[in-house]
Amino acid sequence: MKKASFAITLLCLFVIALASCEKLLPPAPKDEEVLAGTIPGLTAEQEREHLVGDEAFGTIFSKEEGLGPIFVQTSCANCHIGNGKGHPSAELTRYAYVNGSTVDYLTTKGGPQLQQRAVIGYAPESLPSEANVFSKRIAPAVMGLGYIAALDDQSILNNADSSDANGDGISGRPNYVNPTDFFSPLAIHISSGGKYIGRFGKKAEKVAIQDQVVFALKQDIGITSDFDMQDLYNYQIGINTGDNVPDPEVSASFVNSLVFYMRTLKAPPRRNAEDADVLAGESIFNSIGCVSCHIPTFTTAITDISALSNQTFHPYSDFLLHDMGSALDDGYPEGSANGSEWRTPPLWGIGLAKDSQGGQLFLLHDGRAHSFEEAISFHGGEATSRRSAYYNLSPTEKDQLIKFLESL
Amino acid sequence: MKLFTLNYKIICILLVQTCVINSFAQKDSSLVKRIPSDTSKLNMNLDAIYNRPFLQIGKMPVALGGYIEVNTDYSGTDGVNEGLSFQFRRLTMFMSSTITKKIKFLTELEFEDGTKEINIECAAIDFEFHPLLNLRGGIIMNPIGAFNQNHDGPKWEFIERPISATQMLPATWSNAGFGLHGKLYKSDWVLAYEAYLTNGFDENIISNTEGKTFLPATKLNRDRFEESFNGKAMFTGKVAIKKRKIGEIGFSYMGGVYNQYQLDGVILDKKRKVDVFAIDISTNILKTNTAITGEFAWVLVDLPDDYIQNFGNKQRGGYLDIVQPILKRKMFGWENAVLNLAFRTEYVDWNVGTFEATGDNIYESVFGIAPGISFRPSGQTVLRFNYRYQWQKDILGNPPARTAAIQFGISSYF
Repeated sequence: MKKASFAITLLCLFVIALASCEKLLPPAPKDEEVLAGTIPGLTAEQEREHLVGDEAFGTIFSKEEGLGPIFVQTSCANCHIGNGKGHPSAELTRYAYVNGSTVDYLTTKGGPQLQQRAVIGYAPESLPSEANVFSKRIAPAVMGLGYIAALDDQSILNNADSSDANGDGISGRPNYVNPTDFFSPLAIHISSGGKYIGRFGKKAEKVAIQDQVVFALKQDIGITSDFDMQDLYNYQIGINTGDNVPDPEVSASFVNSLVFYMRTLKAPPRRNAEDADVLAGESIFNSIGCVSCHIPTFTTAITDISALSNQTFHPYSDFLLHDMGSALDDGYPEGSANGSEWRTPPLWGIGLAKDSQGGQLFLLHDGRAHSFEEAISFHGGEATSRRSAYYNLSPTEKDQLIKFLESL
Repeated sequence: MKLFTLNYKIICILLVQTCVINSFAQKDSSLVKRIPSDTSKLNMNLDAIYNRPFLQIGKMPVALGGYIEVNTDYSGTDGVNEGLSFQFRRLTMFMSSTITKKIKFLTELEFEDGTKEINIECAAIDFEFHPLLNLRGGIIMNPIGAFNQNHDGPKWEFIERPISATQMLPATWSNAGFGLHGKLYKSDWVLAYEAYLTNGFDENIISNTEGKTFLPATKLNRDRFEESFNGKAMFTGKVAIKKRKIGEIGFSYMGGVYNQYQLDGVILDKKRKVDVFAIDISTNILKTNTAITGEFAWVLVDLPDDYIQNFGNKQRGGYLDIVQPILKRKMFGWENAVLNLAFRTEYVDWNVGTFEATGDNIYESVFGIAPGISFRPSGQTVLRFNYRYQWQKDILGNPPARTAAIQFGISSYF
């Protein structure tokens, strides 16, 4: 009898444990607290394709899989940790020789980007002596890129005012760049003399997500693809050295999976949007003219993914180039952008930046600003008047503005 | 094809052995003699490979043994539920033989995850010249820490092996080589040493798909039983001391050159070393019969300059297990059955240091706890129920990924 009751007790404990299994597992973080997740409205097949891309995004390349032989990082996810903004420990350096209007990206000397690491047994690249301009950058967040990609060029051009015709001191202009060999224009794209409007990258130097993916695979990880078969090598050692893995090292489908993954990552979520201070901060954001460049709302065009078609989204950017003054002038031109011109960075997700940057803020293109206030202090050039307006706010108003930014 | 043929042969040999034992057992069970583990002496962690139950058939010079591990796994990370899986972790078979007096042989063959991995974990001959001087040669379990040598599933109350032992150190880790070991007994004390030269690590430890310094990646080098990666031997040494009724403490070191610093006589790089230091303890509090087992290790790797920061040149980690018997009596017809409460806490930091760019701490660490209940019908069999919860931080120390697992498992010698 005693034995039976003991057995029954054990059985009951086992059943209770089974029944509570689900509750013993960690719950998902609140949706508005993370940058992972898909855009709403995807089909099951599209969700599955997103997961394929997610795996590709996290793939860590080794020497045997074609890493390098010189590289910056070993995977996409190592720069874009948690899909968020990057960290100075993973910064990259672009370089060139600039003399007046002459720009040489020193491609025969390893340019345009430094690969400061190498697979074991091979030497990393060092900066060529000819380089005289250097641009250090940290990775941007990759959330919501599908919405930006689905924006038609006309929506970007609508906000351009290169001659400051409206006299607001802001003269945003599109960066027309030469398209890549594999770029296929869509109905949303408007050509100007064979060039197209860049909308991705710190200086809007990339027209399409695919351009950036192929570029980063090669320049950041040293991975060749069907779209770019020429591997990296250290020019100080010799052409085509250091990598015995057959090219392409990844297929077109791998690249396409990455592109699909980034297209279908959700837009960064907002938090406390109805909080009184946040609403007051939003009002200040508009009134002091931040909104002239950080335009809150756009609507996508029709695109192949119906969940991205005709969608209103809130990037807080105009995707145009602006002269940001001497403090942010890196002297490094890209496309038609000069050293002091930068694309207005989308502010969405900036409130969650800390959670992908190790609990601290590293803002601006190179992570030099450690607070919103410091980032604002670097706003010069066209943005000087907005910076001054910020300085003229009362402490309470400044606090409300920061709370609004933290809600993005 | 070659690998397939080898695997096929191994499987055939083992099947034949199993059939032979079973046929003897069916005809006359007295022919099969169970050799219990030797408890007359002060056994230490280094004795673990011999301190196992064996079966001997008649007067056959070979004794056989083995164990299996199987479990369920219900786990999830941050709300993503992986669901329920059944895992056949491993089937391990060992054979030992006393070739002549003072010459012993032991081998351990392991099938992991079905037949996904088949390894000779150990195959060594011991020559005893004196209790203080034994020569061992073959495939040797490098005595770093305690777990690597003392890893049999039925000995542990936890389904998962310690993270520090398998994800920082490469347990189970063995290499071809030679060495010496011995013990000195003095009343209630025993002092033991081991010192081996074996093949060692290779460049996989910093060139792998983990994207971090990862010593276990060296196990991918199947050639390590055939030749050294760089012609430099790795040294593994351990000193341990044990006092009856108190416990054992061991200090161990393993290190050597891991890179291909030369090729065909051409010097390619400086010699880069990996050094591993470990301390292990095991004790039993007599008053409460509480068993405490722990191990902590430090890894130092001489990295190329361009690897430092993203790859750790220092690592550390360990675990502490506490096992408390709460019921020890005849249960369900099993004499001396024991019900235990168990608790493990563990920690690994794969990249100890700070970022040059910011001066901030580099994380890439995990902390975990695992409470559990185990039931031992006999000392050789364990049914265990574990709940694991761990917090894993990325290199920047962002909010940790939380993973939990509910596991039920069986492990038994046979």
